[in-house]
Parts: sequence; C-alpha cells; structure tokens
Amino acid sequence: MFNNLAENFYMIEQYIPLILAILVALLFSLFLLKASSLFGPQKPNVEKLTTYESGMEPIRTARERFSVKFYIIAMLFIIFDIEVVFLYPWAVNLKILEDKLGFFIIAEMFVFILILLVGYIYLLKKGALKWD
Amino acid sequence: MEIKSLLNILPILIISLSILILILIEAFHKKSEIFIYWITILTLIFTTFLSLITIQDQSLNFHDTIESGGITNLFYSLLLIISSLAVISSKNYLNRMQYHHGEYYILVMSAILGMMLMASSRDLMLTFLALELMSLSFYVLAGYHRKVLFNNEASVKYFLLGAFASGFLLYGIALVYGAAQSTNIIYITREFDSLLNKPLFTLGLILLLIGFSFKVASVPFHMWVPDVYEGSPTVVTALMSTSGKIAAFSALIISLYGSTASQINYETVSKIIALLATASMLLGSIVALTQTSLKRMLAYSSIAHAGYMMIGVAAANKIGMAGIIFYLAVYGFMNIGAFILISMLETSMEKRLTLDDLSGIYKTYPWFSAVMALFMFALSGIPPFGGFFGKYYVFISAVKADMTWLAVIGVISSVIAAYFYLRVVIYMYFRREGENQNLYATAAENFIITVCVLFVIQLGITPGVFLNIITRFLP
Repeated sequence: MFNNLAENFYMIEQYIPLILAILVALLFSLFLLKASSLFGPQKPNVEKLTTYESGMEPIRTARERFSVKFYIIAMLFIIFDIEVVFLYPWAVNLKILEDKLGFFIIAEMFVFILILLVGYIYLLKKGALKWD
Repeated sequence: MEIKSLLNILPILIISLSILILILIEAFHKKSEIFIYWITILTLIFTTFLSLITIQDQSLNFHDTIESGGITNLFYSLLLIISSLAVISSKNYLNRMQYHHGEYYILVMSAILGMMLMASSRDLMLTFLALELMSLSFYVLAGYHRKVLFNNEASVKYFLLGAFASGFLLYGIALVYGAAQSTNIIYITREFDSLLNKPLFTLGLILLLIGFSFKVASVPFHMWVPDVYEGSPTVVTALMSTSGKIAAFSALIISLYGSTASQINYETVSKIIALLATASMLLGSIVALTQTSLKRMLAYSSIAHAGYMMIGVAAANKIGMAGIIFYLAVYGFMNIGAFILISMLETSMEKRLTLDDLSGIYKTYPWFSAVMALFMFALSGIPPFGGFFGKYYVFISAVKADMTWLAVIGVISSVIAAYFYLRVVIYMYFRREGENQNLYATAAENFIITVCVLFVIQLGITPGVFLNIITRFLP
C-alpha cells in the first residue's frame, strides 16, 4: 500500500512552494521578534511594567479563582445554544423536508426538544440554576 | 417505512426511554436510588429477553444506518447480561462506600445505550457518536466519587487520553470519507479492495485502527488502562473492562469483517493488527508479573486478553470472528466475576487491595477463595473452563490464516501469564494468614458470582453450543 504513496508523490511535489512560503514566513516573523528585543532600546520603569488597563490604575491581579457557578451556567448555556443551532436549519428547510419525509421530520425535532426538556427539568429541580 | 424501522430498533428505544424516565424520577424524588436501581435491572432484563426473541429477523434500518437482529442482537444480549451483572453488584458496593446516588444508574444506562449503538451501527458517524456516548459516561463514572483522589486521577487521565483517541478516530473517519465518498460501513467494506489502492483510505484506516485500539486497550495505546482500572470504583472497572471491551471489539469486527472477503489487499492491514496483537500479549503478560495490586494486575491481564482477541481480527476468517465473540463472552463473565470478588473485600474507595491482603484467606473464606481460584484458572486458560476454548478458537484461526507464528506467541504469552494468575491462588492457599479481612457478601453478590461461574463452566464444557449460535448469525 505504501508503493502508492510513492506513486502519488508528484502530488506532494506541488505543495513544496507552499511549504517553503510557510517556512519563510515563520522564520522571518521569528527573526523580527528576536531582533526587536535584541537591538531595540530597553528602558523599563514601574509605570511601563504595570498592566495596561486603558489608563485606569489596576486594583489587583486579574488571575484569581472564579466561582464554579460561572462555569456551570456557561456549560448549560452551550447545551441549549446548540439546541437553537439545530432548530434553525430545521425550521428553514421544513417545507422541503416535509414534502419528502412527511410528519416524521416534525416528530423528530419534537423528540429532540423533549430529550433536552427532560434535562432542563432535571437541572431545574437539582437547583443548578440557583445562584446562592 | 420509518415506523417499521422504529419497531426493529425497539431494544435501543426502550433503553433511551428508560434513561429519560430515570432522569425525571431522580429529579422529582429525593432518595430514589433504590427505586431507580430496580427499574434499571428490570429494564435491562426485559431488553435482554426482547433482543433474544427478535434475534431471527435481520434487517437494516434508517437507510442502512442501524442493523437489527442476528449478530447485532447477539451483541445486545451479551452486553446487557454482563452490564446487568455489574449493575446488580453496584447497590451494595456503593452503599458500603456511602455514595449511593440515582445518577450512577443513569450514567450506566447511557453507557449501555452507547455500547448497544456501537454494536448495531453500520455508519461510521453513528459509530463515532455511540463511542462518544459510551466514553463520556465512562469518564464521569471513573471519577464517580468526587472526593476520592484516585477516582479523580482515573477520570482525568481517561478523559484526556480518551479525547485524544477520539480525535484520531474522527480524523480517520474524515479521511475514509474523503476516499470512499461515503461513511456507510456496508458500502466501504464492499469496495474495500479497490479503496485500499488509495493512500488516503489506507491512512484513514490506520487512524481508525488507532482509535479503536485505544478503546480495546491494545498496546501501544494501553497507557491509560492500569491507572484508570485501578483508580475507578471497582464496580465501574468491572463494567468498563468487560462491556466496554465487547462494544469496542464489536465495532472493530463490524468495520473489518466484510472486508475480509477480499483477502488480496487485506494482508497489509492484517500485518499491522498482528503486530498490535503481539505487542499487547507480550507486554500485558510480562508487566503483570511484577504487579502486586490486584486491580492493576487484572488491568494488565486485560491488555493481554485484548491481544489474544486481536489475533482473531488479524486472521480475519470466519472461525476467527466467531472466536473473538466467544472469547468476549467468556472474558466478560470471568473478568466481571474476578472484579466483583475483589470489590467484596474493599472497605473504602481509597484502599487498594494487594496480593498480601489475600494471603491465607482460604481458611476464613473457603468459598471465596475457591471461586477466585476458578476465575484465575479460567483467565489463564486452563480447561475445563471457558477461557481455554476462547484462546483455542482464536489460535486455530491464526493457524488457518497461515499465521502460525502468531499462535505460537499467543501460547508463549499465556504460559507467562499463568504465573501471575496462579500466584493469586498460591497466596490464597499456601501463605500464612494475614490480617483479618472482612468479606461483604450478600445475596446479590452471591447470585452474580454463581451466574458467572455457571457461564464460565458451561462455555468450557459445551463450547459448541454457543459457537454454533455465533456462526449461524455471522454472514
């Protein structure tokens, strides 16, 4: 099977200019980055080294722990966001699909919503949406 | 047409519906775990019977996406029986750990749903979705006790490596689709011979193989197995190591079986699989020699067993395929028996049982050690237990496929493996009594162990009965 790889090598050959272009771009940008730190003037002071906050004085570090509640809400949001993402193309194409597949295609989406509804009831009852 | 298809996949529908109902019960009732436990068991038993009754009518549903009847239903019933054994034992174990919640059964049920879909799927996209459903449930189950560090370790390791392997699988599917212009397994296996001429397809197939090898725990994609099997709660390990392996192998067999009709080009694929099998058998057996932790030892033995089963995939003839299914059944019963025996000795999830904990245990618990010895004999492949015939059929298939060297390596590694299996027996019978162990045996555990022992002995004494059933349904 690897013989075929060799036979198809001409395909890879076509990509050599592209690979070269990527390599040159990579090396050039790396060179620029390094060069500016090597040759540029460096006069640091306290004001320069603080976090840039649009001119405001930073109060404390931004790297602190967030409550896990934020993450739970974010995860739950994604699930129901995806639901809407699926609903939208379904609704747009409903007329065409209905001619082809009939009632089945309508029932299908309601089954999907029902499954998510069960999950929603579960998390509501378990208090996943309560903030305190 | 669709109504008939829905009737054909009734076992899957029942499991899905029961998951929804269980979620609602858990949401509305506090302390409902006992209720959920019974519903789970009843659903599993009912579905087992249903899939056994409808085993005769084979058909393809939903535009050749899901197969029902025949070999699929055979896989269903195997998966369901073995999973229900693990579920039955869970109640007492989790009660003892004081962490018994209804969500456990819901997660187990979704894992079972994923496994059943894997066995029945005839489309690579559905196979991937089913595999993810199974894996995601297992990731959560591996870290079931959130406050036990070992569980967290197992869960995180399993999740990271599992997600990585899923990436391989999906990329493989993408490349196969690019080469074949279809994700339908039936179509791909029919055109296998001409497709193998395309390098894109070969690359996709190898990536696909990597993804599946990870799930069946074959070397060199076995790194997660020891830590995950040791860290997870023992009942979850029992489920993962048996049903999970059956499901992954079923998907592997289905994606490759049809292609074996064209032996011309299959040889190269079969060589790769033979290498995986050799590495798994030898590494699994040799590394297990130095393990003192029981669950870790069984984890390495599970890697070795994956290697034996891979021989059948490499040989890729009918006896090989039938041999794998036979092996999976026997392996399922003996492994679940061994893990549940271990779980009966555990007092907390932090405790890792070692060989020393078993020393001289035969004086206090003669029945326990007798049954444990039986499972160890069966695992090492000593007749008259089922493990012997599992290996026998697989080795025969290798010889028939002109791969005698593979069978020789298999025999050598089972001789090596006999050392650490029999060491357990030696510790139990010939060592001085250690500290007093508590054995938590209730009716549920006794029932499971009895079922496992009966099946292991039955498959060992009259292997032809089950093998005939398998060969009848193999295409």
